[in-house]
Amino acid sequence: MSDDTKHRDDTDQQEAIQAAGRSRSAQIGETELNAALKKAIQHHGDQRDAIIPILSELNEAFGYIPGEALGKIRRLINSPDEGLFLSDSQLFSIASFYQQFSLKPTGKHVIRFCESAPCHTVGGRQVIQALQEHLGIQIGETTEDKQWTLLTTSCLGLCAVGPVILVDEDLYGNVTPERLPAILARYRGEQ
Amino acid sequence: MKSIRAMALVSTDPASVERGAEAILRAFQAEIRGAGLLDEIKVSTISDVGERDDLPLVMIYPEAVVYGPVTPEDVPLLVEEHLKKGHIVKSLLGKMHEPVGEIAWLRSRLGSLPVQQRIVLSRAGIIDPESLDDYLIHDGYQALGKALFKLSPAQVIDEVEKSGLQGRGGAGFPTGRKWGFVRAAHGRPKYMICNADESEPGTFKDRLVLEGDPFSVIEAMTIAAYAVGAREGYIYVRGEYRLAYQRLENAIRQAEGRGLLGQKIFGQDFDFHIHLHAGAGAYICWEETALIESIEGKRGQPRARPPYPPSYGLWGKPTLVNNVETLANVPHILLNGGEWYHQFGTEKSRGTKVYTIMWNVNFTGVIEAPLGITLREVIEIYGKGMKKGAQLKLVQTGGSSGSIVPASMEDIPMDFESWRKYGASLGSGAILVCDEHTCVVDLAKVLLQFFRFECCAKCTPCRVGAARLYQIVSDISQGHGTIESLNEMVQLGQDMELLSNCGLGQTASVAVRDILKHFRDEVEEHVLQHVCRAGVCKLGEPLVKES
Repeated sequence: MSDDTKHRDDTDQQEAIQAAGRSRSAQIGETELNAALKKAIQHHGDQRDAIIPILSELNEAFGYIPGEALGKIRRLINSPDEGLFLSDSQLFSIASFYQQFSLKPTGKHVIRFCESAPCHTVGGRQVIQALQEHLGIQIGETTEDKQWTLLTTSCLGLCAVGPVILVDEDLYGNVTPERLPAILARYRGEQ
Repeated sequence: MKSIRAMALVSTDPASVERGAEAILRAFQAEIRGAGLLDEIKVSTISDVGERDDLPLVMIYPEAVVYGPVTPEDVPLLVEEHLKKGHIVKSLLGKMHEPVGEIAWLRSRLGSLPVQQRIVLSRAGIIDPESLDDYLIHDGYQALGKALFKLSPAQVIDEVEKSGLQGRGGAGFPTGRKWGFVRAAHGRPKYMICNADESEPGTFKDRLVLEGDPFSVIEAMTIAAYAVGAREGYIYVRGEYRLAYQRLENAIRQAEGRGLLGQKIFGQDFDFHIHLHAGAGAYICWEETALIESIEGKRGQPRARPPYPPSYGLWGKPTLVNNVETLANVPHILLNGGEWYHQFGTEKSRGTKVYTIMWNVNFTGVIEAPLGITLREVIEIYGKGMKKGAQLKLVQTGGSSGSIVPASMEDIPMDFESWRKYGASLGSGAILVCDEHTCVVDLAKVLLQFFRFECCAKCTPCRVGAARLYQIVSDISQGHGTIESLNEMVQLGQDMELLSNCGLGQTASVAVRDILKHFRDEVEEHVLQHVCRAGVCKLGEPLVKES
């Protein structure tokens, strides 16, 4: 496993900002984003404690948090009269802190692999190696054809049936390298 | 609701009926009536037991013993020996099968393990977690009723304090005392937070409570709010636990609909509202001040303490933060009284603990047992022994921030004091049972990789220390270690423990400290001879030892 891919350092953040900037021109339309934001604020309110739920909702809707969303959130929830004042950089620091948020566009299917000790000891090492070989990418990367993104997740609380992987919303326990082709094939069929 | 102590199930699938299951059922009913046990023992039927050749069979709970094939003539013996005296009738035991059909379902739900004492999990798997009615039938909301109508807030705190309940989040702080602090705090308003951000790897006890018995958490929060004077509460549930989130959402809605939550609870002059807040994937948010920051919509970085949350918590107001498991104990304590709780556990560590057992044992999953049982008991009785051919080498407890406990500590009672005395911590109750194929260096490497990644980067000792420790251990695992670096690790670990801002940094070095304490020879082998006993680390050619 490449140990450097997951390190939160400056270059990583720079890349994320750039990627967020690039996405401006790409996939997500202005109206689509506005609608999602409006829905999230209706649901969670526009106070400080709504920030993370709003980001979660966007992340879920688009697979990542588009860079331009941060400025929009700021404009929507800032109310200096009530002492609530946020900057884009603060929002970025929040969005980049939490593991479930992605600031880069992800592939069609996202595989999250649990790399905690209980899964590691029961054979997770072999599974992640096999996964990387099958997909031809490292952790944190997306395949050329934008079909797969490989990420890690913190413990999913299913340690009794480790190693565990999460493909989109579907959980797989007792995963072995031998089972992987069959699991992946299920999603390939939809393509 | 009548409470029964045992249940006998007679199989009534077509094959069993053909072989006289009805006569067995009648015999059971007659025998139990004759023995005057009608109030204590329930006789029922079970249909789909899977493909078996020992039908008809009888299953007796709570032990989940399977007898078969049973004839009506065997029934008096079963009632006399098993249901009256509690002895398992070995001669009638069914053949050992991999459980299938409803047996598998029941076993997985009720636990097939003997002598579990379930308080926290007493309802999980037995009630419908999405039905308030089901919860009410199983003594739900009686404790809150008792608190609101019969006890003053101070009396509620007294009762919890008397029980000796200690926080189950890992630190073991006396719950009653914490409640007292929040009650005595001056600021207004006060907040009640349930910490359901269970992110310690290998721990899923809270998930079981949240998914299996969500109402108990809400009831307990309401009791706590009444006791400390909070009118608003938050449940911070981690983002990965989607089912738990949905069940809690549903539970809050149902409780509000019946006047058990919200305004004028039980028609009394007491309001309490609960907000459900989902995390977004950050281990550190299990730390209470990081959790508070996260609710406030910030990066989840722990605050400097003191001041502690009881005086300066959410939005700067007095805040009570309790773990899910701690809270799940509360309704039972209030309902039965603090004294009642003393029958479980040891003198200084009262009550039960929910453990999650994993890996090299025959049964993996969740158990609840009194504090003070030994590791040997956990492995032999609850884990049903080590897997075939496996030899216990070490146990990693309490998730990543817990301890590495060697096999030699197998007979030390598992409670907060005894373990503290040996420098180990129970932590969150995760028990990862490892055999000799586990390499301690590799294990420490994974744990440090975790800490290096999960470190919030706020304070330097943890940020730099975890990265440096990882580097050293990683070097050792690749055959580049030096003997001096072992001492550097010890020193660095001590510094991190003393200087880090929060529990993450303070415990990140525990794994390294423990492997050097208990398995130093094995680490030295990696360094000096390039030998990994477990065959996990790729060290290249072994170096020949100088004679």
